[in-house]
Amino acid sequence: MEFFFQQLTNGLAVGGIYALIALGYTMVYGVLKLINFAHGDLFTMGAYLGLTVLASLGLHQHLGAFGGVVVLALMIMGLVGVVGILLDRAAYKPLRESPRLSAVVSALGASIFFQNALMLVYGARYQYYPKDILPKTVINILGMPVPLMRILILAVSILMMAGLQFFIQKTKTGTAIRAAAIDQAAARLMGINVDRVIMLVFFIGPALGGAAGLMVGLYYGQINFTMGWVYGLKAFTAAIMGGIGNIPGAMLGGILLGLIEAFGAAYISLAWKDAIAFLVLIVILIVRPTGLLGERVASKV
Amino acid sequence: MNNSEALLEIKNLHVKYGHVEALHGINLRVGEGEIVTILGANGAGKSTTLNAISGLLKITDGGILYRGDALHKMTADKIVQGGITQAPEGRRVFGTLTVRENLRLGAFTIADAARVSDSLDWIYRLFPRLKERSEQLAGTLSGGEQQMLAIGRALMASPKILLLDEPSLGLAPLLVKAIFETIKEINKSGVTVVLVEQNARVALKLAHRGYVMEVGNIALEDSASALLANPDVQQAYLGGKK
Ligand SMILES: Nc1ncnc2c1ncn2[C@@H]1O[C@H](COP(=O)(O)OP(=O)(O)O)[C@@H](O)[C@H]1O
Ligand SMILES: [Mg+2]
Repeated sequence: MEFFFQQLTNGLAVGGIYALIALGYTMVYGVLKLINFAHGDLFTMGAYLGLTVLASLGLHQHLGAFGGVVVLALMIMGLVGVVGILLDRAAYKPLRESPRLSAVVSALGASIFFQNALMLVYGARYQYYPKDILPKTVINILGMPVPLMRILILAVSILMMAGLQFFIQKTKTGTAIRAAAIDQAAARLMGINVDRVIMLVFFIGPALGGAAGLMVGLYYGQINFTMGWVYGLKAFTAAIMGGIGNIPGAMLGGILLGLIEAFGAAYISLAWKDAIAFLVLIVILIVRPTGLLGERVASKV
Repeated sequence: MNNSEALLEIKNLHVKYGHVEALHGINLRVGEGEIVTILGANGAGKSTTLNAISGLLKITDGGILYRGDALHKMTADKIVQGGITQAPEGRRVFGTLTVRENLRLGAFTIADAARVSDSLDWIYRLFPRLKERSEQLAGTLSGGEQQMLAIGRALMASPKILLLDEPSLGLAPLLVKAIFETIKEINKSGVTVVLVEQNARVALKLAHRGYVMEVGNIALEDSASALLANPDVQQAYLGGKK
């Protein structure tokens, strides 16, 4: 029972991280029908920038452990979000009217650029987060020990997802984003500045991805310039599982993938963990080609 | 109609899709308070004209003036803010959003919440069906209801000029009649209307003046009653003499 519980909480925490990254893929795809292959590298950038800011500003010394991490997270989200906007300006915006393949090639190029830039700045070796940022408390839930860190990761990712969901569903700007994703020309006819919507999406997605990178740094303690590749691929898988372009789908897909991996590794085989995840993806796509929540409602009449 | 009255004036307008020119230098004027209809066969360039006015298409030559300002230099969102909205061909409602969300998006450029709720009340009075279905997803509405929604959505910003692209498309005659009655009512409330139609008879009965487009050019321009009586128009667009 305790073993099961550990897998469950670990799966949920990792799934929350996947979900945050997956949201970036799915939001950009929703509005532009473009897979931002450099998104995984923005996640990596979040992890590295987190380390840099931690080392140079010592926020947690001034603001206490939790205050420090909150301010750190906000800073990283802002920074990576701005990088996301710049990425769009440099790599995608000039190609809006071009064939889709051009943007795909540009995305791959941007990914290579980011990876190499990070390697040149930070070096190719693993880097380590300071160990004492957050207390290593273990708390008891129903008599079972769970690292506080794990709970925090899950709580923060749920909080961010709930915030995003509220923003998208309930605010005027959020509705404009949904409208632009459905029909850009019609959105323009409503007086929505679609360029601004795209900019916003390229801020929010990378900001969430950057926050996920920071969480991985805090959770596992070590980061590497190539880590965005695996996390990006997993999150992309999660986005497809949930139905690419669908925001709750990305959340569901991420959490599900985290759980599948955790339980697959624990009860089937650690070595086959990734294969199991992709197998589940394939099965889902065979049964529901649009993903779990994709195209629930007929939108074209 | 003389120069000083033109609210909207299109001068020598050229528009291209890629290398293919769709409008070869058209001239068109719309006076304040008018209903002006643009008739023409499929592919004549009617939608292209409306989309150029709305700022969805870049023009290659000529100009579009709105109260003397160069509309063709403004972006689509500024044009809506300036008071020109469109209910596009094929309705283009946001299918996975509710009726109310669609309508509220029509007022996207309006910050004043009281004005938005006044507009909403007005639209619900014009189209009571929309009120009944306000929480329903737009994609689940019937064709006629979607057309009402498209028009209502375009009215939410309280436009000076309403552009309507084939509002009768695919609707039963009774519904067409109802929609056209509403267009008349909208016009009476002070909104200038540019009405693109293939259903020439109904459009000419409603409009004050009309233009007939043929492959990217204006072929005819006259008062609606003169066009209705014109043998060429009857032959080509009204299914022969009646
Ligand atoms: N998006 C487009 N790309 C290329 N050509 C187009 C496009 N839209 C319209 N056209 C062409 O422009 C011409 C005018 O079309 P349109 O304005 O839609 O005509 P109408 O609304 O009068 O039926 C047609 O020859 C049509 O094929
Ligand atoms: Mg047309």
